[in-house]
Amino acid sequence: MSNMVNLTINGIAVSVEENKTILEAAKHLHIKIPTLCYHKDLCVAGNCRVCVVEQVGNHKLVASCATPVAEGMEINTNTLKVRNCRKHIIELLLTEHREECTKCYRNGHCELQALSAEYQITNQDFIDLVPDKNYTVDRLSPAIEKDDSKCIRCQRCVRTCAEIQSVGAIAVAHKGSEMKISTFFDRSLDEVVCTNCGQCIVHCPTGALTEKSYVEKVWDALADPDTHVIVQTAPAVRVGLGEELGLGLGTRVTGKMVSALKRLGFDSVLDTNFTADLTIMEEGTELLTRLKRALVDDDPDVALPMATSCSPGWVKYIEHKYPEYLPNLSTCKSPQQMFGALAKTYYAKNVNVAPENIVSVSIMPCTAKKFEANRPEMKDSGYKDVDYVLTTRELAVMIKQAGIEFEKLNDEIFDSIMGVGSGAGAIFGATGGVMEAALRTAYEIVTGREVPFDNLEIIPVRGLEGVKEATVKIEGTVEAWNFLEGAELKCAITNGLENAHKLLEAIKRGDKFYHFIEIMACPGGCLGGGGQPFPVDNEIRLQRMNALYEEDRNLPIRKSHENPEIVQIYKEFLDEPLSHKSHKLLHTSYVKREQY
Amino acid sequence: MTTTATKKQLHRIDLIFNNDDDCKEILRNALSRSDQEIVNEMVNSGLKGRGGAGFPTGLKWKLTAESKEKEKYVICNADEGEPGTFKDREILTRVPHKVLSGMAMCAKIIGAQKGYIYLRGEYKFLVPDLKKELRKFHDILDELGLDFRVEIFLGSGAYICGEESALIESMEGKRGEPRNKPPFPSVNGFKGKPTVVNNVETLAHSYTILKFGAKKFRDLGVKDSRGSKVFSVSGDTPIPGIYELELGMTVQDFVDDFGDGDCKAVQVGGASGFLVPRKRFGKTTIGYEGKLTGISLPTGGSMMIFNSSRSMYNVLNNYLEFFEEESCGQCTPCRVGCQQLLKGIKAVKRGEKPTSYLDQLLKLTETMKLTAKCGLGQSVANSFSSIVENFREEMIY
Repeated sequence: MSNMVNLTINGIAVSVEENKTILEAAKHLHIKIPTLCYHKDLCVAGNCRVCVVEQVGNHKLVASCATPVAEGMEINTNTLKVRNCRKHIIELLLTEHREECTKCYRNGHCELQALSAEYQITNQDFIDLVPDKNYTVDRLSPAIEKDDSKCIRCQRCVRTCAEIQSVGAIAVAHKGSEMKISTFFDRSLDEVVCTNCGQCIVHCPTGALTEKSYVEKVWDALADPDTHVIVQTAPAVRVGLGEELGLGLGTRVTGKMVSALKRLGFDSVLDTNFTADLTIMEEGTELLTRLKRALVDDDPDVALPMATSCSPGWVKYIEHKYPEYLPNLSTCKSPQQMFGALAKTYYAKNVNVAPENIVSVSIMPCTAKKFEANRPEMKDSGYKDVDYVLTTRELAVMIKQAGIEFEKLNDEIFDSIMGVGSGAGAIFGATGGVMEAALRTAYEIVTGREVPFDNLEIIPVRGLEGVKEATVKIEGTVEAWNFLEGAELKCAITNGLENAHKLLEAIKRGDKFYHFIEIMACPGGCLGGGGQPFPVDNEIRLQRMNALYEEDRNLPIRKSHENPEIVQIYKEFLDEPLSHKSHKLLHTSYVKREQY
Repeated sequence: MTTTATKKQLHRIDLIFNNDDDCKEILRNALSRSDQEIVNEMVNSGLKGRGGAGFPTGLKWKLTAESKEKEKYVICNADEGEPGTFKDREILTRVPHKVLSGMAMCAKIIGAQKGYIYLRGEYKFLVPDLKKELRKFHDILDELGLDFRVEIFLGSGAYICGEESALIESMEGKRGEPRNKPPFPSVNGFKGKPTVVNNVETLAHSYTILKFGAKKFRDLGVKDSRGSKVFSVSGDTPIPGIYELELGMTVQDFVDDFGDGDCKAVQVGGASGFLVPRKRFGKTTIGYEGKLTGISLPTGGSMMIFNSSRSMYNVLNNYLEFFEEESCGQCTPCRVGCQQLLKGIKAVKRGEKPTSYLDQLLKLTETMKLTAKCGLGQSVANSFSSIVENFREEMIY
């Protein structure tokens, strides 16, 4: 245990560990100090200065987020001096900020707005600096919009992009009054190394970074009597959506969500969990095939470890940063895109609707999915496979606009076909979930037995830890797979691209060898995605994660290969995993991209 | 320049630019003494940082020496960027061996093997001569058996990189932005290792102290401001240039020696310093703030003289344009505050804001002083308040 330090805050004594900051010590006493540039996920910047407090004996104020506690320190957080300074600082930020709260996407969710309300900034005397700023708005990316006029230069996005994601698509440029958050040569986010993960959005305190919204397009489609509008919902949406609609953290709202989507007027409400199960079939088979080529055929060209490909942020990351590892990436499309390709082929045929009349919408916890749906190769059905991608937040907006009292809704179930998902599909939304789902199926295919974990729960691959490892010893194989007898399948799981970067470097150096790696671009996996509700930190991620595992436990089918709709689709349409038809519709290829 | 100067019989000190010595011998002699002895000598001399902030040099060395870390660094801050300062260039041109000897001595005491001269980008032309000097100096170090090497690191022209933690960030290949303090560089400096960052002149003075001992240095100056100081004198003076003078003189004495007979105000310490109006010349001394010295203004050496033909509004406008551009931009009070001050005085001048708006701006500078992350934003208040309070009518009409 580290040494304890005694100090007083507003005259109240407190004892905290020595490496804590004044801000953290104040939390112990339930004293709230306002912050803007501070975020639990990020390193301390200490640049917005709204968290300044008075330290007795120091004629200057100190930034409580950046100042470590010291023995005997006397802090005052609510003096006239502190309040006046904070007010000044908020006023200053507002002069650089285009104040159009009522027209802003973040209206009601903006930390600057909340703080100005708290400090009652009603008579702004300082000069409005916005007219001289030549602010630009970047709307070129299909996923993320960047409006410099809303930016308060707290650099939370910059730190997120660099520290959590190891991408560095956005950085600080210029100095003084010209200082701004920019990109390589100030290009559009669409033209730089940005992975569209949207972590910058969930870490932005204002409306400077937002997702590109397709809400109006979806309303248009729903209003058009000639279109058949279908919707798929990703696993992580059902454990986040409630937060936007007045329900507590970690509330599972699957049934209410389905009910709400039906009320919104979707012709068919379907589940991405179905294609998550399908991904397991395809990707699991791909892995076993790669292992066979490596172990039996001694094929030197087999790329191992095989990496998952369901996180489009991760896919774009590897395309930019590690193109030499593209052969390692599973050729499987993400569940969203598998769904899209099947929606306008298999589904269309089944419900007897012309594919050109189908509008395929997906609800995702993710902004990178918006980019993914717009990739030129995602047209294998002969049409744009997924027409519009909405985030969890955008769905909440639609539900509110439709006047639906969400918390009062009764549970309803998904439509069919493509509406049944297993528990294995559900846990795709958590880091480690794809690995766990894959192991549940692959182990059983190879050995004829269930994975040797209580209640199918593969605990070592769960949790928020950045890099997780697991080794599965394969014993008692069935005849077709007896070349794997005694093999130890080495797996690793990472979440957050900085951890992916670490893992790839370790693999590159030869320090680590794995057969299979699961990589999710966002911290915590999709449940912590860039399209999920504000705010986010590890406590919130953990609650959503627990809810997903609860979802799994409560589903009647918990293994992908036992999903009856999966059995059906192979029987009626796809024949078998990695079949010709599967290759055409469910698999894809990747492109090498530049480093900037 | 020399003719006028001799006419006026300036009390010039000749320690820094005096060049008739053998640095090898002085270093050899210093190396034969214990580290403790040298640190004591530095502390006793009363030498304070000559970049302008005035932190006691001996204490800085001592604190860094106390760290148990094996890897440490000495950095010579030659990012001389304060408006009106140009003395470090002269020191590096004329007596670079003194600066290097000071670095070597510091390195020996704190336990560093590596030193850097952080040279402002605009001084690139000094590099060839400095490199020659470095080769000679490294030979001397080899002869003396001191394991220490100095490299030159070129800055890129940002004023903020003169702030020691921003300087370190810049050397680490990052954007030049000040760090949160604590920790200070003596604990967590270059590459996270204990680091001494000293101004060029400070290091040259430490050499003087090695050569003549603490007493000779201490005998110069007053109370909290010991020794001599190299001043960069500019503005409305018949004798602009670089002068080594004793600390502790009044602004009046200075004006008597350097003014053109029509001196209205003197800016002590560059744009981040204070403007002293004529009525305060006699009551203000030049030196570090201390308990005993009364109104005393520190300076990195910049002394700008303004005669009655100058508009103080233009002077302030000029400083604020400088700060508005040279703020690193990371912290709110400095980045936005500077823009507001600049736009604010313009608005008052044009009549777009009432004259009482100046008082609001003064309050804003108080906030900047209290809350800005580093010395830059904190010190904008100095020139602003001293000019607006003393020349309010010039701001309005």
